[in-house]
Amino acid sequence: MLTIDQETYDAIVAHAKRDHPDEACGIVAGPEGSDRPERFIEMVNAAGSPTFYEFDSTDLLQLYKEMDANDEEPVIVYHSHTATEAYPSRTDIGLASEPNAHYVLVSTREHGNEPGPVEFRSYRIVDGAVTEEEIRVVPALPPRQ
Amino acid sequence: MAIEVKIPTILRTYTGGEKAVSADGTTLSSLIDDLEANHPGIKDRLIDNGDLRRFVNVYINDEDVRFIGGLDAQLKDGDQIVVLPAVAGGAH
Repeated sequence: MLTIDQETYDAIVAHAKRDHPDEACGIVAGPEGSDRPERFIEMVNAAGSPTFYEFDSTDLLQLYKEMDANDEEPVIVYHSHTATEAYPSRTDIGLASEPNAHYVLVSTREHGNEPGPVEFRSYRIVDGAVTEEEIRVVPALPPRQ
Repeated sequence: MAIEVKIPTILRTYTGGEKAVSADGTTLSSLIDDLEANHPGIKDRLIDNGDLRRFVNVYINDEDVRFIGGLDAQLKDGDQIVVLPAVAGGAH
């Protein structure tokens, strides 16, 4: 199960709507092993495409060095689909390389840049196997243990 | 000669869980062969048909190797290498 706070949830949705019809992408980092998505980081889609996303290689290195220095890991890796459902494509599955992350997909196909609900779903993707999981949106994450 | 290579989570199955290993080589290509000698299987995850895989990024001292010679990029003692899988995907 993915537990996410409302503010981070809203930030992911806002990013997806803003970048529509291109795919939006980013990460929510958290302390290693905590499973707490605490630090929302929007990334630029270097592909600038409605059907593909890729973090810029320089931004990617910067991001991972920062997480390394903070003892963080990517808790959520998110991106949007802008004309299809919020389900991992074959490309998504083939390229998924964070076995510990929740892969969040948002579909903006229904309302695009306009207000209105989006499909927001979360998956584990490990060795090519996709498992959808429940999402619990909370007002705020519980205090750290 | 010792060059530190940072290994991403997904490839740590080849390094016994180590986040960083040390390897030798005067070019990226020879360094990957040395990695393979100690961590069998890892080369195939980095190289495909004699070239660096499209969705694997390798950096030497923070420079993406694609801009500095790819597999022929020169290495020297003390260089730092980071391997990161691309974060990529999409509807198609």
